[in-house]
Amino acid sequence: MKSIAELEAIRKKTIKSVDLRKNREGYRVVVCMATCGITAGARAVMSAFLDEIAKNNLSNVTITQTDCIGMCRLEPIVEVYNPNGEKITYVNMTPDKVSKVTQEHIAKGNVVTEYTIDAAE
Amino acid sequence: MDKVRGQILCCGGTGCTSSGCEEIIKEMNFQLKENGLDEEIKVIKTGCFGLCALGPIVIVYPEGAFYSMVKKEDVKEIVEEHILKGRIVKRLLYQETIADGDNIKSLNDVEFYKKQLRLALRNCGVINPENIDEYIALDGYKALAKVLTEMSQEDVINEIKKSGLRGRGGGGFSTGMKWDFTYKAEGDKKYVACNADEGDPGAFMDRSVLEGDPHSIIEAMAIAAYAVGADQGYIYIRAEYPIAVNRLQIAIDQAREYGLLGKNIFDTDFCFDLEIRLGAGAFVCGEETALITSIEGHRGEPRPRPPFPAVKGLWERPTLLNNVETYANIPVIINKGADWFAGIGTEKSKGTKVFALGGKINNTGLVEVPMGTTLREIVEEIGGGIPGGKKFKAAQTGGPSGGCIPASLMDTPIDYDSLISIGSMMGSGGLIVMDEDNCMVDIAKFFLEFTVDESCGKCTPCRIGTKRLYEILDKITKGQGTMEDLDKLEKLCNDIKASSLCGLGQTAPNPVLSTLRYFRDEYEAHVRDKVCPAGVCKDLLKYTIIEDKCIGCSICAKNCPVGAITGEIKHPFTINTDKCIKCGVCEGKCPKKAIIRK
Repeated sequence: MKSIAELEAIRKKTIKSVDLRKNREGYRVVVCMATCGITAGARAVMSAFLDEIAKNNLSNVTITQTDCIGMCRLEPIVEVYNPNGEKITYVNMTPDKVSKVTQEHIAKGNVVTEYTIDAAE
Repeated sequence: MDKVRGQILCCGGTGCTSSGCEEIIKEMNFQLKENGLDEEIKVIKTGCFGLCALGPIVIVYPEGAFYSMVKKEDVKEIVEEHILKGRIVKRLLYQETIADGDNIKSLNDVEFYKKQLRLALRNCGVINPENIDEYIALDGYKALAKVLTEMSQEDVINEIKKSGLRGRGGGGFSTGMKWDFTYKAEGDKKYVACNADEGDPGAFMDRSVLEGDPHSIIEAMAIAAYAVGADQGYIYIRAEYPIAVNRLQIAIDQAREYGLLGKNIFDTDFCFDLEIRLGAGAFVCGEETALITSIEGHRGEPRPRPPFPAVKGLWERPTLLNNVETYANIPVIINKGADWFAGIGTEKSKGTKVFALGGKINNTGLVEVPMGTTLREIVEEIGGGIPGGKKFKAAQTGGPSGGCIPASLMDTPIDYDSLISIGSMMGSGGLIVMDEDNCMVDIAKFFLEFTVDESCGKCTPCRIGTKRLYEILDKITKGQGTMEDLDKLEKLCNDIKASSLCGLGQTAPNPVLSTLRYFRDEYEAHVRDKVCPAGVCKDLLKYTIIEDKCIGCSICAKNCPVGAITGEIKHPFTINTDKCIKCGVCEGKCPKKAIIRK
């Protein structure tokens, strides 16, 4: 170890994984992963979220999953909670749609209205 | 690209290891793979979470679900329900964490953790102790970098002095003063050493720090070495702590690889390396001069002080010796500042203290509280009270060197000085809780048996004195004591304290003195009335059958191993007290609870 900068580089590289163990206050992405969701392709959607979040270097985002919320025909369904706990529900999600939701909604706070449940109904 | 979305933390401390965490980790990895989740969910083995009574413990993040007493069979359910489908497995949750409805409480809101302040244990149960990067991620080695690049030796010593930190091994001597003495001592070479020879029965905080956060000790020792001018360090640790030894060695190797140990650390002139020395588990080797003798390769025996190790220690060179928990506080003090640290605790005892809670208490485990927390808060709130609704009788602090604190003093704030004033001591932090079923004479005898065994034999007062103390106690528990014996006990205790060579002998009578002081009535009951009020001392017990309750079923007679119970079926039976060996089998077997012990 030759410098503090080197130490700081290691810290930055690892902090993300350790930070996962703290209570987070940022965006929360909840993917519906019951049987209906999984058959409709929820796993690929979740995977895409993990990739996109990492690619865009977004910290403080929690990705988690939940059970069937009762609208199986609209699966895969993803709920995005902003830091204030307000929920937007996206339906008929595909891995392609994930990048727009990540870059617009999670990174900038702009809801992607065309994918929401209101647009589908 | 790293796409981990969740982590499963499994406690890998000694407690959870013995209750089977290795199996659980293996099964967890297997199940994750089966479900194709091994890319996004990582299993991490950490150090102790502190709640050993509920092990094996598994925490799933980001949800923060705290699963307790997890069995191998439960793993599949956790993976398939929680990890795959997002449904937290409620039945396995630590009951205290279940809030109203479907929510789970944050750990910080749980009674056990609420009053705790984890400084020495800050990383235990949070990081993977075998991964130096995780330690660095939480500001690890930042204090060392700061010290080496921004502070002079005097600056460091003054900072530690200002913090008010005192030795956590038991003595409570000012750490900053100790560093200053070693810094000022003349010597062509100096050493730093770490006392990890934790020998008190019931104490396991040093082990947990080494198991859960070994790098904090390495970093602190490097800081200490810089401050006093040493370039070589030794960690003296018991061979009975295999997990701690293993993780410490891994940590030392990683630190060397990163250049945090070795030559020219952070590109300065400072060079420092560390070695582990294994102890064979002799209690006396926790005494500093005996420990030093043992590191040198001799039989672990103490020698008179002065000269103190700060002047003449390892190989006659100035040596700084601190305890594990003391070192664990150093990086925090450097990072957050002496003033911040000095703001915690009481006037003369700063910071926090880790206690190993054991005995008759619900939440057996490790707790860290600010100095000045009362015994009542530790036992009733954090410790969750006494099992079975029994009454608190006393708490023993400081192990065989400490004393018993009776219920009447439960509101005493716990710090170095108030414990000494009530006849106990901080010791390394073992805290054994006793209820109404514990006989205080028997407890004193238990600790004396330990010191008789562990006395190294070098000085007479300790070698022979403790043996005689034990014999008198034994006599009393057998109902053969006299009132003069009680006075003799007290005098002998004071003589041993005054004339023993080292701390072992000087403190060995404490359990006797403090029980005599607070529970003299129990001693007198043994001597005068020949009864043991708690019903523990076998020789003073008598089993009798209550005639009215006995239905004459003969179960007791059939189970008595010595044929001491006789009688006619359907009529009350009787116990022949001459034959009875007081094994208690009949009491347990009687379906009508007609047999009583008095």
